[in-house]
Amino acid sequence: MNEASIEFRNVSLDYKLPTEGRISTIKEWAIRRLTRKLTYRWMRALEDVSFTAESGVTLGVIGHNGAGKSTLLRVAAGILQPSAGVATMRGEIAPIIELGTGFEFELSGRENIFFNGALLGRSWGDMNERVNEIIEFSELGEFIDNPIRTYSTGMVVRLAFGIATTVDPSILLLDEVLSVGDQRFQAKCNRRMLDFQDRGVTTVLVSHDLSAIERICTECLWLDHGRLMAGGPVDEVISKYQVWIEKQNEHQAMAVSRS
Amino acid sequence: MIECSSTVLVNAAEHRVGTIEELRDLARHSHLLASLVRRDLTVRYKRSVIGFFWTMLNPLLLMIILTIVFSTIFKFEGIEPYAVYFLSEYLVFGFFSQTTVTSMTSLSWNGGLMKKVRVPKSIFAISTTISGLVNLCLAYIPLFIIMLVLDAPIRPAVLFLPVAFLIIGVFTLGVSFLLSALAVYFEDVSHMYQVATIGLMYMTPIIYPISIIPYKFLWLVRGNPLTHLFKLARDPIYLGQLPAMHVVQASVISAVVSLVIGWLVFHRLSRNFYHHL
Repeated sequence: MNEASIEFRNVSLDYKLPTEGRISTIKEWAIRRLTRKLTYRWMRALEDVSFTAESGVTLGVIGHNGAGKSTLLRVAAGILQPSAGVATMRGEIAPIIELGTGFEFELSGRENIFFNGALLGRSWGDMNERVNEIIEFSELGEFIDNPIRTYSTGMVVRLAFGIATTVDPSILLLDEVLSVGDQRFQAKCNRRMLDFQDRGVTTVLVSHDLSAIERICTECLWLDHGRLMAGGPVDEVISKYQVWIEKQNEHQAMAVSRS
Repeated sequence: MIECSSTVLVNAAEHRVGTIEELRDLARHSHLLASLVRRDLTVRYKRSVIGFFWTMLNPLLLMIILTIVFSTIFKFEGIEPYAVYFLSEYLVFGFFSQTTVTSMTSLSWNGGLMKKVRVPKSIFAISTTISGLVNLCLAYIPLFIIMLVLDAPIRPAVLFLPVAFLIIGVFTLGVSFLLSALAVYFEDVSHMYQVATIGLMYMTPIIYPISIIPYKFLWLVRGNPLTHLFKLARDPIYLGQLPAMHVVQASVISAVVSLVIGWLVFHRLSRNFYHHL
């Protein structure tokens, strides 16, 4: 039984960006420095976010684009450091699963299994024991020895999901991936997610797909412009979110009809 | 069961992750380090014996071309055999330039990885340097073959080479840390550096003997840390003797200074890598 948990206490995250866009060359930096045009503007990605996800919880995160959902996931992965507040993650964190990253495209699927295992601190021998289970789950069959660059998006996600869920992490972070693959594979993923809840794995799932969230998650957070709008049981949060969206749409419609 | 070590606490107050913390993190990721090195070598040698010899072919051809050019067209007096003189340092220079250039790109290549999972960021420069050292050792195989063909003696002093490679490796790692951190922020660093390596190569007595340098420029070549460092690899092969003590001292000092400066800069800049990758 896992005893994983994620706890955010008043987490805020700011970062600064040059006012006139990113500086990417020394030349640009020197010119702006000399002409004293080097000013920065602070961006706020998360503002005073607090929540706790206990062991066995599958936490859905919803909100518009740019609401800070992915930032929250990255703080939970330990990749980004909050500018204020504390985030504590207990347990072993699997790499974030999202579309199209993290694999070594020149290497074969099999080699990537070992490579990804190493990311989680698993030795060669450890992964050797699990490699067949991963191949079976991801349904890659003989493709497993072809380079990843020949795979379709669905195949890559299947493999990522297969690895992350087989190495037995205690914290799983998913970014918009559960709507990939055919219905049969989705059903298989759902089963595995439920299995995780039983085993005490803490999962955070970022998605626009409200029905997927309703189906899988046990709790839900709604973010808007980096602020936590609501948190709690899935149906409550989703209905609040939907009411809010309708209001927004009405406002927009009114604004349009007025002009 | 969850071990204590797997608790991740990210906290605004401890914004500065200490050097010791980072080293501990590196130790925890030893499997990843091994995997990164294995990946570099697999991609390079395409997992076959033929692939290995194919990769040898390229430096071998280059060696032959350069040797012909500099032992017939631009001739330096008193260097015999020229191929051994030249190659014993040129291979090390190749290691240095290739490793530093590759570690600059390796950080941005692995940007996707760093956005997905918490890994010690210094691991990429370290793995690049280790795979570079493996390649360097392999590159000495054709050199030894050439020495046998040319009937040049191989003396017991070659046993010093692993020590030489280690010192050169530490120096290279420091430069890699420095350059890769800067390259994340400024993409033109790598273009500038490519020009700089050409300058560096001519500032080091690799293709010519140091005796041809006019007195007023001698300080430039003597002050170049690469001059001493590379001598560590040349003396055991070309002269068949251990490098002089002052050369070893100068090299060790350069290596340590390079590592300390490189690490400090890297460590300071790495906090904000995320927004630049």
